Amino acid sequence: MNLTLKIWRQEDAKSPGKMVTYPISNIEGHMSFLEMMDILNDELIEKGEEPVAFDHDCREGICGMCSMYINGEAHGPDRRVTTCQLHMRMFKDGETIHIEPFRANSFPVLKDLMVDRGAFDRIQQAGGYISVNTSGNTQDANSLPIPKADADLAMDAATCIGCGACVATCKNSSAMLFVSAKVSQYALLPQGRVEAKDRVLNMVNQMDIEGFGNCTNTGACEVECPKGISLDNIARMNRELIKAKA
Amino acid sequence: MSKSKFTTIGRKILMALSGFFLMFFLLQHLTINMLSVVSPDMFNDVSQFMGTNPVVQFALQPVLIFAVFFHFIMGIVLELQNRRARSIKYAYSKPGTNSSWISRNMIITGLVVLAFLGLHFYDFWVHEMTVKYGGGDMSGLINPNDLDSGYRYHEELVAKFVDPVRVIIYVISFVLLSLHLMHGFQSSFQSMGVSKGKNFIKKFGNVFAIAVPALFVFIAIYHHLQH
Ligand code: HEM
Ligand code: SF4
Ligand code: FES
Repeated sequence: MNLTLKIWRQEDAKSPGKMVTYPISNIEGHMSFLEMMDILNDELIEKGEEPVAFDHDCREGICGMCSMYINGEAHGPDRRVTTCQLHMRMFKDGETIHIEPFRANSFPVLKDLMVDRGAFDRIQQAGGYISVNTSGNTQDANSLPIPKADADLAMDAATCIGCGACVATCKNSSAMLFVSAKVSQYALLPQGRVEAKDRVLNMVNQMDIEGFGNCTNTGACEVECPKGISLDNIARMNRELIKAKA
Repeated sequence: MSKSKFTTIGRKILMALSGFFLMFFLLQHLTINMLSVVSPDMFNDVSQFMGTNPVVQFALQPVLIFAVFFHFIMGIVLELQNRRARSIKYAYSKPGTNSSWISRNMIITGLVVLAFLGLHFYDFWVHEMTVKYGGGDMSGLINPNDLDSGYRYHEELVAKFVDPVRVIIYVISFVLLSLHLMHGFQSSFQSMGVSKGKNFIKKFGNVFAIAVPALFVFIAIYHHLQH
């Protein structure tokens, strides 16, 4: 199929950017969106132009690096997929595709479609861990009984890949879905309870320092999240915060 | 921001609590208003009680006024903060694919309700305050010098709804309040961390959000047609 791409081009973090139009042809439906971008970049390089910078790593939906706001939605029009898992068959021949970086002041654009998601790392460092002795005396994880239902919910929360689609999608650029997934994954397990209070306070505090917006429960994040992280995690984080403050 | 006493979530929870309080108030207000349709005498008696009882006047009323101010000021503050979190907007965005218009536009429905509250305060509250505390007439009578003249509340209420323009403004405002509550009801539970019974809360919230404003509209139209 033949497509028209409108892509955000930005020299570096300080330069202003703009949308630039590129026609592209001979795209197959089974290609992934990133393969399509590779083809575009090959063509640009051959013409001696600067290729479009975009983030990617695993290309199988597990690392969370690929981003892009495609046709008005984070990770494009498909559900429960990352951009690397998005197939070109989701688009029609002759269609115009708008491609923009994830937008939030807390995710500054580095170049073209690449943004700095270091804010997530700093939130994670503020409390997204448990302190265990790893000097060789580690307790066997299975020696702690955990109800299956809790283990499943914790696992669901732990599938968050930190991609930032929730922030990119949210009208308030709120990071609540991400932070709540990280808080929940530990809050549900006995190993995580020990530091639960400090964790939620520190992670929420860091989230606020980073300048993310306030959640208004629109639910857009849950719909666009490639891993289907549930809003219930946000409610759980709010409960954890109330408990920690009380 | 980090030094602020309340986290963003803390502010959201306060927002939810004030919204919750306002919804309770709405129910109480509706109950009394319904009396104006069912029995003008009862409406008059309750109005006189509410208007002169010191607990209502000097404890509940200030709490209500505080809640209203807190709710809309915090709502505006949060909205401004949220706008600042993304200074470069998307060139092309399709928010309708993942969220409802009402959930994204609480500030619009809220501000219309606020404008209505302005009119409403002017219509009833300012008048009450002027008569009672300005004029010193706590009698609630049509003619304060004539004990047999009867209470003035029902008569004044009906008089307000003679003007069709006012009735239309009331109706429009309540439609927007209904939209505000359709998101707000369930949103306040989510903010307070309640996720058990989510589906029931949503359904019940929709019933509440439609029924309560609809009954207020019914009362306004009823008096308009009755006079
Ligand atoms: C009788 C009047 C009102 C009632 C019963 C009411 C009720 C509610 C409720 C229940 C919520 C949900 C709280 C939450 O999400 O945690 C809410 C949110 C909100 N309200 Fe109101 N409200 C009223 C008037 C107003 C007014 C006058 C404004 C003026 C600006 C306003 C602006 C907002 C905003 C901006 C939100 C936050 C949106 C969100 O977080 O989703 N409301 N309201
Ligand atoms: S919650 Fe979902 S959308 Fe947000 S960072 Fe995690 S995986 Fe990505
Ligand atoms: S490149 Fe790893 S999730 Fe897309």
